[in-house]
Amino acid sequence: MSWVDIGALDDIPAQGARVVKTATGCVAVFRTLDDQVFALDDRCPHKGGPLSEGIVHGASVACPLHNWVFDMSTGEAKGADVGQVTTYPARIENGRVLLDATRLTTRSAA
Amino acid sequence: MAQKLVVIGAGMASGRALEHLFEEAPGTYEVTLFNAEPRGNYNRIMLSPVLSGEKTYDDIVTHDDTWYAEQGVTCRFGEKVVSIDRAAKVVHGEQGDVAYDKLIIATGSTPFIIPMPGHDLKGVLAYRDLEDTNAMVAAAAKPGARAVVIGGGLLGLEAAAGLKLRGMDVTVVHIMGHLMERQLDPSAGYLLKKALEDRGITVLCEANSEQILGEDGHVRALRLKDGTELPCDILVMAVGIRPSTKLAAEAGLAVGRGIHVDDGMVTSDPDILALGECVEHNGQIFGLVAPLYDQAKVLAKTLLGEDAAYVAREVSTKLKVTGCDLFSAGDFAEGEGREDIVFRDPGRGVYKRLILEGNKLIGAVMYGDTADSNWFFGLIKDGTDVSDMRDTLIFGPGFQGGASSDPLAAVAALPLDAEICGCNGVCKGKIVEAIQAGATTLDAIKATTKASASCGTCTGLVEQVMAVTMGDAFVMPTVQPMCKCTDHTHEDVRRLIKSQQLKSMPAVMQELGWKTPDGCPSCRPALNYYLLADWPLEYKDDRQSRFVNERNHANIQKDGTYSVVPRMWGGVTTPAELRAIADAADKYNVPMVKMTGGQRIDLLGVKKEDLPAMWADLNAAGMVSGHAYTKGLRTVKTCVGTEFCRFGTQDSTGLGIKLEKMLWGSWAPHKLKLAVTGCPRNCAEATCKDIGIVCVDSGYQIGVAGAAGMDLKETELLCTVATEDEVMEIVAAFTQLYRENARYLHRVYKWVAKVGLDWCKAQVVDDLANRKALAERFELSQSVYRTDPWAEHAKPSERAKWAPIADITKEAAE
Ligand SMILES: Cc1cc2nc3c(=O)[nH]c(=O)nc-3n(C[C@H](O)[C@H](O)[C@H](O)COP(=O)(O)OP(=O)(O)OC[C@H]3O[C@@H](n4cnc5c(N)ncnc54)[C@H](O)[C@@H]3O)c2cc1C
Ligand code: HEM
Ligand code: SF4
Ligand code: SF4
Ligand code: FES
Repeated sequence: MSWVDIGALDDIPAQGARVVKTATGCVAVFRTLDDQVFALDDRCPHKGGPLSEGIVHGASVACPLHNWVFDMSTGEAKGADVGQVTTYPARIENGRVLLDATRLTTRSAA
Repeated sequence: MAQKLVVIGAGMASGRALEHLFEEAPGTYEVTLFNAEPRGNYNRIMLSPVLSGEKTYDDIVTHDDTWYAEQGVTCRFGEKVVSIDRAAKVVHGEQGDVAYDKLIIATGSTPFIIPMPGHDLKGVLAYRDLEDTNAMVAAAAKPGARAVVIGGGLLGLEAAAGLKLRGMDVTVVHIMGHLMERQLDPSAGYLLKKALEDRGITVLCEANSEQILGEDGHVRALRLKDGTELPCDILVMAVGIRPSTKLAAEAGLAVGRGIHVDDGMVTSDPDILALGECVEHNGQIFGLVAPLYDQAKVLAKTLLGEDAAYVAREVSTKLKVTGCDLFSAGDFAEGEGREDIVFRDPGRGVYKRLILEGNKLIGAVMYGDTADSNWFFGLIKDGTDVSDMRDTLIFGPGFQGGASSDPLAAVAALPLDAEICGCNGVCKGKIVEAIQAGATTLDAIKATTKASASCGTCTGLVEQVMAVTMGDAFVMPTVQPMCKCTDHTHEDVRRLIKSQQLKSMPAVMQELGWKTPDGCPSCRPALNYYLLADWPLEYKDDRQSRFVNERNHANIQKDGTYSVVPRMWGGVTTPAELRAIADAADKYNVPMVKMTGGQRIDLLGVKKEDLPAMWADLNAAGMVSGHAYTKGLRTVKTCVGTEFCRFGTQDSTGLGIKLEKMLWGSWAPHKLKLAVTGCPRNCAEATCKDIGIVCVDSGYQIGVAGAAGMDLKETELLCTVATEDEVMEIVAAFTQLYRENARYLHRVYKWVAKVGLDWCKAQVVDDLANRKALAERFELSQSVYRTDPWAEHAKPSERAKWAPIADITKEAAE
């Protein structure tokens, strides 16, 4: 794994998200109310909605376009909808948010 | 041989002490009773009904001549005691000395007179005894007489109400921010002020008296610090009382604020006892009779050589003004570790507030409905653990039928006269009767009793009454909870946010038992709206609980880009604005520029990170957000009206602009669109708007509850008015009514269908005071929200937040 520092935890609003640009598209980095972080592709499998603009509740996010809800820890759609968003390892260290860039590189290589 | 007991003061405290003494040990003492007033004991607190004419002096006498004769009391009424010789154990009366074995000082207190210039003029009165009362009654006999009362406490207000009933023109001048500030909190004080004003009394709060002006030695007017002169024939000063301690102090007894007494009511001289408003016990002085009666009991026992100790007790206050039901007891200051339970019914003017500390009730303030006050007072006095009945505590003892957690049991325990529907004043008994007469559906109950037919917040209660009355025959309609996070309906939540004064999202979720830690995309935006609508000054808008459009102040498009719609007041623009819009469209490569249906221009396809810079450019040209993305005011469409059109009857464009300038920035349960059209030809399509105004020759027809979406519906006439000012006030009031009452995501037409147009008319058209109050609350909210969100986010310090937090394109590619 190669962890990349993408910014301070405080730069992401609680119950919100910020976007990281990668070579293959945007990744949404979410922060929950209790300060967990999750990284998911910023594209809804339904019609491509930017998940980073959804309402974060618990460890889930609702797509801003048609309200599909995803479990951020697995990337799986909840309820009746069927869909999967790619997730990436993310963690907090000394108030900084780190993303695993290997996975992002792997994806770009694939 | 009987001991000699001398009593100074024939007031309420000593009177009660003598009763106990004679009852328990008649003949033990031979009593001499001095009283400065030329009469014996009467019920001083009933002077107010005497003043108002509801009672006569004879009605309030507690001890008459016969009583004194039977008890062998030597009465020296109308005679003051001038000094006490403790060494000789003699008191000196104005007309001669009397020796004592035991002495009781019960001199009460003296009204405080502010020593401002003119305080010694004739017609400046205190309110303490029958002489004062008679002087006021005499002054009121003069037709058109005016009175000023300084002091908005218990005494001052009773004086004011009494004088008003006697036909005087009365003004109360109070120095504090609200009336009876020691007994009431600001909310109850406000309701009291309103009630007094309703009966024609002028109430000036935060008013500083400066000088009493006179003419020929008689009061003529009161001048305030701000220069206002209030003409008056009498001036009643009711600003407080001071314990009468002069005699005791001169006799060398220990005196602080009052005459010091121990638990047995004995002063620093073992043969002299004291009680009543003249004493100080454990640092406390007194102003209400209840504790004095306790003192009287103790004092009688002490005199009989028995052990007894006075223990301070909670006191409660009621104002004896017919029709102003208020009650206050205990401690009601806000403080750490204290919690409030509040219930308000603005329709009935009811306010109740309970103050809890730990599991105990420590204070209660109620206005408008004090039926349960004694029960609450008992809980305070006894320090009862109320944790089991917390949820229903505020509804009073009727609700405490054992298993209080079961709402049906609570409803079953309600007495038949308990009010269920506040709007229409329908009590439980009436609903039960209606059910027994065959009304077995909610609609039938509504039709026959009107219960829940107005604002609908009591629907749940009505259904519970039906369930209790009909048993299995009633199938409780499954109520639609707000979302899966709670069992409460939108209506319940709105009501509870107000009644429990829940002012934050965590407070709502905690107090209403949310099943999720931080809600979901359905409830969070709704709660955010309810909170900011109900507590505009206290609650801070939570961006993270808003849908993307409102969070980003632009409409998201299907490809994740945004559209930007600057406001064009009343649909009017200028060449300069159009140039700035064109420049912005060029600079940010806007793929489409389009006219909206709301008479403005939409710039579609803007990238998120460009939004702040684009807004800054538009701000620089004087434009602000058009809020084309909000559940709140969108646009006010207009036609050109009298400005240019040959058919125009009024300045529809000007009025539309005024309305938009008043309403912009306000949030609402759903979007709010208006139009003003200059004549019934209706070029601005006002008759399908949430609020649409059609100008006619004689004025303005205000229609509401139109729709032009999935549903198509013509507006209904709310009212017709003659002036623009009335239009402005009614629109503000109606908007506020909608903001305060509708459920989130209900457009005006849906809400009106629920509450009824008649109810809306009653609130904003017929009830002028309510209209004004609504408009004022709207304005209060607008003092916070009438701002441009674009300007806030366009600040250079904010812009980084709109861009990606990091760009790892290169790293990832390595
Ligand atoms: C208009 C009004 C309304 C009120 N309403 C309420 C109410 O609703 N609830 C409530 O709890 N309380 C009320 N109070 C307060 C209540 O009346 C007093 O707390 C109570 O009367 C005090 O009793 P006391 O015996 O200590 O004094 P008082 O009743 O004042 O008796 C003292 C007596 O001593 C006499 N005296 C004083 N000095 C001398 C002297 N040197 N020689 C001889 N005699 C002397 C005085 O003339 C007076 O008659 C009200 C008071 C007023 C004036
Ligand atoms: C995702 C949903 C929607 C989007 C993005 C959207 C967008 C818009 C925009 C940008 C405008 C121009 C607004 C302005 O000038 O302020 C508009 C106008 C309008 N919209 Fe929508 N809208 C949506 C849903 C609806 C719905 C559900 C209704 C009906 C209930 C509706 C009814 C209207 C009407 C009647 C107008 C014209 C307003 C007028 O002429 O004054 N829209 N819409
Ligand atoms: S609504 Fe009447 S006043 Fe307005 S533009 Fe049309 S015709 Fe003229
Ligand atoms: S009418 Fe339908 S398609 Fe057209 S803008 Fe409104 S919501 Fe979109
Ligand atoms: S694009 Fe996400 S739900 Fe439709």
